[in-house]
Amino acid sequence: MSIKEIQEEIIDEFSMFEDWMQRYEYMIELGKSLPMIEPQYKTDDNIIKGCQSKVWVHAELEGDRLVFTADSDAIITKGIIAILVRAFSNHKPMEIIEADTDFIDEIGLKEHLSATRANGLVSMIKQLKLYAVAYQTQLN
Amino acid sequence: MIQTVLDIVAIRKDFPILNRKVNGKPLVYLDNAATSQTPQQVIDTIVDYYSNTNANIHRGVHTLSQEATDAYEQARLKVQKHFNAEKAHEIILTSGTTHSINIVANGFAAILQPGDEIMVSALEHHSNIVPWQMLCERTGAILKVIPMNLEGELVMAEFHKLLSDRTKLVFCNHVSNALGTVNPIEEIIESAHKKGAAVLIDGAQAAPHIKADVQQLDVDFYVVSGHKMCGPTGVGMLYGKEAWLQKLPPYQGGGEMIAEVTFEKTTYADLPHKFEAGTPNICGGIAFGAALDYMNAIGFPAIAAYEDELLQYATEKLLAIEGLKIYGTAKEKTAVVSFNIEGIHPYDIGSILDKLGVAVRTGHHCAQPIMEFFKIPGTVRASFSFYNTKEEVDVLVAAVERARAMLL
Repeated sequence: MSIKEIQEEIIDEFSMFEDWMQRYEYMIELGKSLPMIEPQYKTDDNIIKGCQSKVWVHAELEGDRLVFTADSDAIITKGIIAILVRAFSNHKPMEIIEADTDFIDEIGLKEHLSATRANGLVSMIKQLKLYAVAYQTQLN
Repeated sequence: MIQTVLDIVAIRKDFPILNRKVNGKPLVYLDNAATSQTPQQVIDTIVDYYSNTNANIHRGVHTLSQEATDAYEQARLKVQKHFNAEKAHEIILTSGTTHSINIVANGFAAILQPGDEIMVSALEHHSNIVPWQMLCERTGAILKVIPMNLEGELVMAEFHKLLSDRTKLVFCNHVSNALGTVNPIEEIIESAHKKGAAVLIDGAQAAPHIKADVQQLDVDFYVVSGHKMCGPTGVGMLYGKEAWLQKLPPYQGGGEMIAEVTFEKTTYADLPHKFEAGTPNICGGIAFGAALDYMNAIGFPAIAAYEDELLQYATEKLLAIEGLKIYGTAKEKTAVVSFNIEGIHPYDIGSILDKLGVAVRTGHHCAQPIMEFFKIPGTVRASFSFYNTKEEVDVLVAAVERARAMLL
């Protein structure tokens, strides 16, 4: 599936929820099921700045695709990362660079996050894209 | 248990914000240690000031300016009376606690010599750590820290050991913002004075609950913020003994703080204006006075007794939740409960509580050294005021239980 298709799938899933509580419950479930980052990558260098809870992201090329693994010490944050990893991981760096991020607004995530958490979300997306740029440069 | 004498129903009617809904639920405001809510009487004072009196003070010949000056100076007298300062000019109206602390820190830069020591407590807010670190960098003075124990109390035996003839200044909060511990400031002040050291007490967290008497305490400096005691943001107090305030150089240069200016030399104005450069927060100062009137009309002993009732009730109910641990279990504490649930990040609890209309603080509460001490990323902090109710405590407890069920 393309990034666009995955994002549409996520939008569909979120449209079924009637209230924020169900969204939160879903994000908590996603957080619990997020594949763990390898412990050796949970270093200070991999912490994303701008999040109130700790968020670690690691990126690695597998063939021509960029794979993200991530973790957080807060479960709702982990759920948010799980959504982002699902949307962006395992794609070519250029696809990640060019991908839209509008789906975040469409699933109503931002409005249900505190300002600090919404800033964290922006930082996370920025970080994933920066990794893609770095690896694209390497591929070139 | 002492039964409250306060008419909470009537008191709550004074606070319009308590009627609002958050995320479709009635607001349960339990972040009073960050800022208190504002009663109608104070809001009216602000509206009245800008509707009828607004003018610059201390210089105008016209009626409005004189009325504004009178109201502002009247507010200073209210602050003086409230904290029982000997003289009105010992009360400097500032923008808040941080500003007040920086005035003193800046002043001591001119006094300290390399090798002199400054002591701070391990229970400090960042605003009470950083200015002293900066001061030490500037002067070559050394920062010493009074340690704390697992209950969140200062280890006084260590304090007495650290105190020496080299100690020039001791800084300590009256009440810890993160844990609610009431510190033994009387003992600190008396011992520090015996060694010739000055003492600055940060009363920001104490002032909403405890009426400090600066003369009885014999404290050299005492600082508070208006917005934690039903006043507006952007106004606070620096109390300093006259002799100290005369000794310290001014902090900022500008209008209001000068007596005479030529390009060769400027002479500074007398106290308190020496430390009040520029146009002050006139409306804020007047409203701060109105807030003190409001709280004094209710009465501090009744406020403290009722808040303690809320604290005992909340502590008991919260501890019944499985896996919940309270940080800060000092014998003497104000109505603050800082807690975590095993296996859950405080930020997650705070996010769900917010959705349920319950406002608490999560995080390190600008006191990272305390969190480091307990080896935790932060806590959830519920802090109570005299307008909170036991029913609101019940809402908090139910919300925490719901968050726990969702997150574990």
